[in-house]
Amino acid sequence: MTTHKDDKDIGTTGHSWDGIEELNNPLPRWWLWTLYGCIVWAVVYTILYPAWPMVSGATSGVLGWSTRGAVAEEIAAVDEAQSGLRAELEATDLNTLAANEPLHRFAVQAGGSLFANNCAQCHGAGAAGAKGYPNLLDDDWLWGGQIEQVAYTIRHGIRNEDDPDARYSQMPAFGEILTRPEIDTLVAHVQSLSSGADPLAGAGGEMFSANCVACHGEDAKGNRDMGAPNLTDAIWLYGSDTATLTTTISKARFGVMPAWGLRLDEAEVRALAAYVHQLGGGEATTEE
Amino acid sequence: MDYLKLAMFAVIALLAAIAANFGHDLAYSVHAIIIMLIAGGMFLWQLRQIDEEKPVVDTSGYMDGPVRFGVVATAFWGVTGFLVGVFIALQLAFPVLNFDWSEGYMNFGRLRPLHTSAVIFAFGGNALIATSFYVVQRTSAARLWGGNLAWFVFWGYQLFIVLAATGYLLGSTQSKEYAEPEWYIDIWLTIVWLCYLAVFVGTILKRREPHIYVANWFYLAFIITVAMLHVVNNLSVPVSIFGSKSVQVFSGVQDAMVQWWYGHNAVGFFLTAGFLGMMYYFVPKQAGRPIYSYKLSIIHFWALIFLYIWAGPHHLHYTALPDWAGTLGMVFSIVLWMPSWGGMINGLMTLEGAWDKIRTDPIIRMFVASLAFYGMSTFEGPMMSIRAVNSLSHYTDWTIGHVHSGALGWNGLITFGCLYFLTPKLWGRERMYSISAINWHFWLATIGIVLYASSMWVTGIMEGLMWREVDANGFLVNSFADTVAAKFPMYVVRAAGGGLYLIGGLIMVWNMWMTVRKAPAHLGAPNNAIPAE
Repeated sequence: MTTHKDDKDIGTTGHSWDGIEELNNPLPRWWLWTLYGCIVWAVVYTILYPAWPMVSGATSGVLGWSTRGAVAEEIAAVDEAQSGLRAELEATDLNTLAANEPLHRFAVQAGGSLFANNCAQCHGAGAAGAKGYPNLLDDDWLWGGQIEQVAYTIRHGIRNEDDPDARYSQMPAFGEILTRPEIDTLVAHVQSLSSGADPLAGAGGEMFSANCVACHGEDAKGNRDMGAPNLTDAIWLYGSDTATLTTTISKARFGVMPAWGLRLDEAEVRALAAYVHQLGGGEATTEE
Repeated sequence: MDYLKLAMFAVIALLAAIAANFGHDLAYSVHAIIIMLIAGGMFLWQLRQIDEEKPVVDTSGYMDGPVRFGVVATAFWGVTGFLVGVFIALQLAFPVLNFDWSEGYMNFGRLRPLHTSAVIFAFGGNALIATSFYVVQRTSAARLWGGNLAWFVFWGYQLFIVLAATGYLLGSTQSKEYAEPEWYIDIWLTIVWLCYLAVFVGTILKRREPHIYVANWFYLAFIITVAMLHVVNNLSVPVSIFGSKSVQVFSGVQDAMVQWWYGHNAVGFFLTAGFLGMMYYFVPKQAGRPIYSYKLSIIHFWALIFLYIWAGPHHLHYTALPDWAGTLGMVFSIVLWMPSWGGMINGLMTLEGAWDKIRTDPIIRMFVASLAFYGMSTFEGPMMSIRAVNSLSHYTDWTIGHVHSGALGWNGLITFGCLYFLTPKLWGRERMYSISAINWHFWLATIGIVLYASSMWVTGIMEGLMWREVDANGFLVNSFADTVAAKFPMYVVRAAGGGLYLIGGLIMVWNMWMTVRKAPAHLGAPNNAIPAE
């Protein structure tokens, strides 16, 4: 054991374990005073803030602060700041919203934030969608791209059981209706529609006409009232390869969307509609 | 006696076979088969021993067999745990590494507890058991109490690790962080741990030194508290005696509170108190210097033990946990700052008069860096427990960085130092085979930790800020996926840091292997228990 020059002055406790000794150095002053400081701070803090459990409940602290209270205050402040524009958004006619520039900007900003926190999980942060979740940037709409139609879809959702007004359509599972060769014929026929084939021509056309035109139409361009997709374009929600289309036709898809009107308030639903409408595919309102 | 053992192994093997047959789930059945094979093997081994002459064990010296095995196990599990860690870090950066063919066994969710348990309990736990067995004998001048019980502790603990690890991969978990193993594994660990306590206390009781050395206070606090934490946090009712699933006794916020009382003290007593025990023996031994201050060690020991146990609620700020509990957890964490630093001061100041060894002795350098990381993370921890800081840091990668600067820096480096100290001594060698390899290990590990911690600070604070970012109208700006995408470069840096750390570990294993095989033998130095005074 090497000996340091000060060791003799300080001295050891006199014990030795396997050659290890202990010096008699005092506690470092800065260490001790910092410890005392922390203790004093701790006592003061527990007086100021909710801390000590009592028989029923705990001390609530001199400042009256609570985590819930702090959050509620922040939310109240934001609500207060937004209340004018929110009320205006709820009252306005969505069809004329775009003309009201400051209100429209507010709605799109709010909608973007709501989208990021509620919709991005399925439709993607950039709204480009994914397999089974529609791309909201294009002008290919299942249920209509006018702002009121978009708002309706958001408010009531699709094929959910929470809202009786949900958009609803269901393609039959043709695997239980047609034979496998018939489905193969139909798959090949549907694939040919994207490149401009006549929907009603040939054996496939016969199958199409017997089973599909009721919803997808004789021109195969779909029907938005029924949520039936246009089959003549190159946009496929689940995919156009043979295996995927075979699954789609024989088992049918059943994509669902929650009724956001049950979770968000009216101003928020309208803000989301305004946001989605201006992403690129929004359609002008036409009188019917 | 031998026939009794024979019958016991036969009965265990038979019961395990029955359990495997009736098992409700794959993990349970696989575990029963493992136990059946072990009991069957022990039966055959015992059968071959019957009526053989028993070798006489020399019980005059220290019992270093379990320590030797523990050193090997520490190195093995360490490298295994680092490897899994690097792989899951890469899975986070490149999700395609969650292969389709291994889905359900090797996806991130299954491997993550495997990594945490491997490094904390397998690597850290073996290091603690091995060093405590070594230290308690030397500082008590007594052979381990309980004869072969120390061997049971070692092998029983390895069985716990194997059952826990295979259970995770097969989907058996009670979903409590750092306490994932299911009920029968918990019961087994309790038995092993109580035996560990018995060996340790038994050795202290028969010590030939008048006083108990400070390292042993810390080891004892660690063993006792972990026993208590483990039992309370794992209180659960099995759904079936033939299945791995169990139901927790506590529920809701009570369960969360118990879980983080356990979780935080796993850090406090497993990774801090136990490792301070290592520090208090190996640092003065390697430096050849007396401990800086006996007063400091006694004050900081009791302050640490008293305060740590209350700090758990700071893991549950802004949750269903009542505010008062959060406040208490927070103030106890802040007061804990100085008691934690007491260990660092005592370790670093012990080098007073031997500072030149940092230049010449890479093992001392590891100890010093380890204490520096200990000091840094025990400052960072109390800071992160402050509610306002926590509202930014919680759920972000900052927490991951904090844990790793403590685990890789403090626990890892001090364990490496101890392994380098112990390997030559236990195998009767003069010194490690290659000193420059220790140097390489030190620098690879240190650079690895720096990359890891700094990348996690950057990405953690960034994502915390992105989550709370609002525009002029008070609307949130980012979606969660935006924050995930923004973290990608830092995830790559993190994986690189972990990779360096793993390479350092592999160099250490090679060095240990070569030391045992090739380093020149050290003659003399009898392995006898002689009291120092």
